[in-house]
Amino acid sequence: MLKVDHIYKTFNPGTINEKTALNGTTLTLNEGDFVTVIGGNGAGKSTLLNAIAGVFLVDEGSISIDDVDVTRMSEHRRASFLGRVFQDPMMGTAATMGIDENLALAARRGKSRGLGSGITKAERAHYKELLKELDLGLENRLTSKVGLLSGGQRQALTLLMATLNRPKLLLLDEHTAALDPKTAAKVLTLSDKIVAEQNLTTLMVTHNMRDAIVHGNRLIMMNEGQVILDISGEEKKNLTVEDLLEKFEEISGEEFANDKALLSK
Amino acid sequence: MELQIADLLNAMPGAVAQGLIWGIMAIGVYITFKIQDVADLTVDGTMSLGGAVCVTLIASGQNIWVAILAATISGMLAGLITGIFHTKMGIPVILAGILTQLGLYSINLKILGGKSNQAISADKYDLIVSLRYVKNVAFYKNTIFIVAIFVIAIIAILYWFFGTARGCSIRATGCNPNMSRAQGINTNFNTVIGLMISNGLVGLASALYSQYQGFADVNAGRGAIVIGLAAVIIGTVLFEKIFHNFALKLLSVAIGAVIYYAVLQIVIWLGLDTNYLKLLSALVVAFFLAVPYWKKKYFTKPVKKGAKTNA
Repeated sequence: MLKVDHIYKTFNPGTINEKTALNGTTLTLNEGDFVTVIGGNGAGKSTLLNAIAGVFLVDEGSISIDDVDVTRMSEHRRASFLGRVFQDPMMGTAATMGIDENLALAARRGKSRGLGSGITKAERAHYKELLKELDLGLENRLTSKVGLLSGGQRQALTLLMATLNRPKLLLLDEHTAALDPKTAAKVLTLSDKIVAEQNLTTLMVTHNMRDAIVHGNRLIMMNEGQVILDISGEEKKNLTVEDLLEKFEEISGEEFANDKALLSK
Repeated sequence: MELQIADLLNAMPGAVAQGLIWGIMAIGVYITFKIQDVADLTVDGTMSLGGAVCVTLIASGQNIWVAILAATISGMLAGLITGIFHTKMGIPVILAGILTQLGLYSINLKILGGKSNQAISADKYDLIVSLRYVKNVAFYKNTIFIVAIFVIAIIAILYWFFGTARGCSIRATGCNPNMSRAQGINTNFNTVIGLMISNGLVGLASALYSQYQGFADVNAGRGAIVIGLAAVIIGTVLFEKIFHNFALKLLSVAIGAVIYYAVLQIVIWLGLDTNYLKLLSALVVAFFLAVPYWKKKYFTKPVKKGAKTNA
């Protein structure tokens, strides 16, 4: 499904700020895998997702999605394979446009955008049904500007937009990190539900080790731009946060220096 | 000197006609400044280019509508150049616009045959608008009526276009380019298209303005961006509370341009030295551009925590 083969990315090469974010990262996802990604700050988690999404081109290595080599493909063309939700709730939606218009934009992902209608009546009715399922009351605010919504509502909407056309791969980049715990739990439950319903291949970055264990069928840990741990199946189900911390120290030879992750166990 | 109200009233139809023509230009500025969230300075060059193209073609015997169409297309090409500078060469959009604007000065001179201006008489040619057609002519020949039809037609076309899938994606590009790319939108392409539409409208306005004045001038566009912005700001400030529909927002920009010219006429009538007009325009626009910033900095109430947790 997804093949990330020895990719390298160095930011600001040749300067004092030089930073190798991806250091020969290799990862293969099978159809239907729901993989959670953990790791300390600067481990390369978000960079990996951005590399897959094409926010920047990698220095070396290759990326293919469903046997299509996307390594040199531009971000907007890759988008036809992908659904993405970001950490910042502001980032995934167009604030000055209506809820319905945002969904209509997402519905046309991977299709040509010509002079046909930007949104049809039938679409509005369909979106209303979908929003009703979210149970956030958004179905009655179809034409409201997205800028008026709360962070949680915006993330839920972004999730709906990301999966409106079934993506080959869903990329969730700490999409609950900016939300309060209660809202974060709601959005995570919703993510689980949508992934299960559509049987989506998913990569979910999280700071929260417990979430990483509870969700998905496979867990990877990153450190210094490499995947250092890959656990799935029964072994993952029986994991504890303590196991993970121990494993991290064992492999990397350093302590898991991340207050946020420790505090959230 | 005594102020004669009759003088002012006498000058008003001309001010309205000019305002409407600049309203078309201001709608072009609205597209880049408000929808695309870029400040495009190409328009100073385009506001001269359209007139140069139009007048030269009319003088060489071309059909007037062909001349107007050619002026519009020339404006679109100017927008295309700025778009290429920006998206293919990585030049910041403001600088890209300035470069095109500068280059256009030479091109405009060339089009006008090396002269800085070229007259076109309403006696000799069948112009569709002219400062001589604002009073004492049949209504269907009145420049105000004709330009108003242009404005309405342009608003109707833009209203339709920005409701299409492509138009929606251009709005999204201006609002949130990251999200747009994530939704498969080619943001570079859209930026170029927006610049072309904007400058096409400015080229059209320039063609009408040169006919109105009776000549094309290489300096006709100097400071055009400021007038365009003034119209956008006046229209937005006065009507944002009541006009929510996109077509009405565009209309408010055109009305903003008319108000700008009406106020200008009043200021001239009051006896201001006309040499100060550009300075006055610049200061007024600077003030109104600062208003949202000041509002945010000095008048923002702290957001209450917990007020919006119903997610």
